[in-house]
Amino acid sequence: MNLILLILAGIFVNNYVLSQFLGICPFLGVSKKVETAAGMGVAVIFVMSLASAVAYLVYNLILVPLHIEYLYNIAFILVIASLVQFVEMFLKKAAPALYQALGVFLPLITTNCAVLGVAVLNMQKEYNFIESVLNGFGGATGFALAIILFAGIRERIEDNDTPKAFDGFPMALITAGLMSIAFLGFSGLIKL
Amino acid sequence: MDIMNIINPILSIGGLGVVFGAGLGVAGELFYVEEDPKIGEILEALPGANCGGCGFPGCGGCAAAIAAGTAPITACPVGGSAVAEKIGGIMGIEASSSEPVAAFVKCGGTCEKAKSKYEYFGIDDCNMAVQLAGGGSKTCNYGCLGLGSCLKACGFGAIEIIDGIAVVDKEKCVACGQCVSACPKHLIELLPAKNKIKVQCSSKDLGKVVMQACSVGCISCKICEKNCPFDAIHVIDNIAVIDYTKCKSCGICANKCPKGVITGKRPTVAADAKPAPAAAPKAAPAPAAEAPKAEAPKAEEKPAE
Repeated sequence: MNLILLILAGIFVNNYVLSQFLGICPFLGVSKKVETAAGMGVAVIFVMSLASAVAYLVYNLILVPLHIEYLYNIAFILVIASLVQFVEMFLKKAAPALYQALGVFLPLITTNCAVLGVAVLNMQKEYNFIESVLNGFGGATGFALAIILFAGIRERIEDNDTPKAFDGFPMALITAGLMSIAFLGFSGLIKL
Repeated sequence: MDIMNIINPILSIGGLGVVFGAGLGVAGELFYVEEDPKIGEILEALPGANCGGCGFPGCGGCAAAIAAGTAPITACPVGGSAVAEKIGGIMGIEASSSEPVAAFVKCGGTCEKAKSKYEYFGIDDCNMAVQLAGGGSKTCNYGCLGLGSCLKACGFGAIEIIDGIAVVDKEKCVACGQCVSACPKHLIELLPAKNKIKVQCSSKDLGKVVMQACSVGCISCKICEKNCPFDAIHVIDNIAVIDYTKCKSCGICANKCPKGVITGKRPTVAADAKPAPAAAPKAAPAPAAEAPKAEAPKAEEKPAE
């Protein structure tokens, strides 16, 4: 039960983009079309779940025994970057169709701070392995939900007349702010 | 003990780096996928700005498409002919379209010259306006609506709306073709940039209908067709069409056109224009009446140049 709550909390209450303001760069950058936003979302789900698992292992099997926990940032970045690279190579060989679908989004995620954020938060909250993975999965699903909804709204705004001063990014930022306020409605639903 | 505090992190993080690096290196060999070597070469030749102007996701996508043959060697609108030539060398294709092209709006119906059916107060977008009754506010069904859908599509600032119609700045145009697909009236075409002879009208209506709608519309009188010494211009579907493989840009058609629809008039040939009415007595009244008019815009053009 707690595990389901953990996923739901990651999607709605602690939404990485709209409540914790992590991963804003791809949120604004790859949200012009629903199609690409969905591709990005799926890629993030994939990488974030994997990264939480590997980061947990690295932290608990290498950093903790050696008493060098303070190096977690460097270690996590190293892990995530090489993991994404590896996944990209692996997919290219093993699942070309999936590779084509994820395309340019995989390398972009290397620098997505939400992925690092999940790893750090898992560590700070002292989640166990399963909780870490589920938290990563839930958070990434929340990211995917937010970016797809946002892209849908932006597609519709594109067809409308906006005042010249608001054309493009200003309008997108205002929209993101309003979405964030809307997601505030979920706050307090689940307390972890 | 103290020294271990320094050595431990160095060894562990350094070790992690070495392990991951080696792992990636091995994986790179293990999961190596045969790629067309041309892709890498083409990628080198492309500007590498990843601007997306070609419509592919970044230069890598464009290079892959060119190598696969699904995109032309001229796919990169930014690199222009220099890059196209390089890519052509890699692909073993001569840059066949070595003749530079530029977008041209085939309508000259400015606010004064073309009549309107009604005043349009809708969304500033041609694609929206054409959905209304009569396909837009112009009396001529084929005319430029001047709401600037092409202007928004142009990533190079080469299109301006002047006097209610779109005008392409040939210097800035890179012939990417974005405006061609943006125009709901299909008025824009990529035509040879150097040749000044262009038919500035797209109306397929009969002469009488055109006459009522616009003062600079092609009335399919066929005077250009009869006067062309190279058989390069023909009236097809009530509109003059130039065959650029035959056109020598002599400018005779431009000077003879009673409506001034064809651009690229030449002053030297204009002097010989007077005997023409005698040769074609039937069409005499029209050219005679238009002759002074035809010279007027030419006089305007001269100081502009």
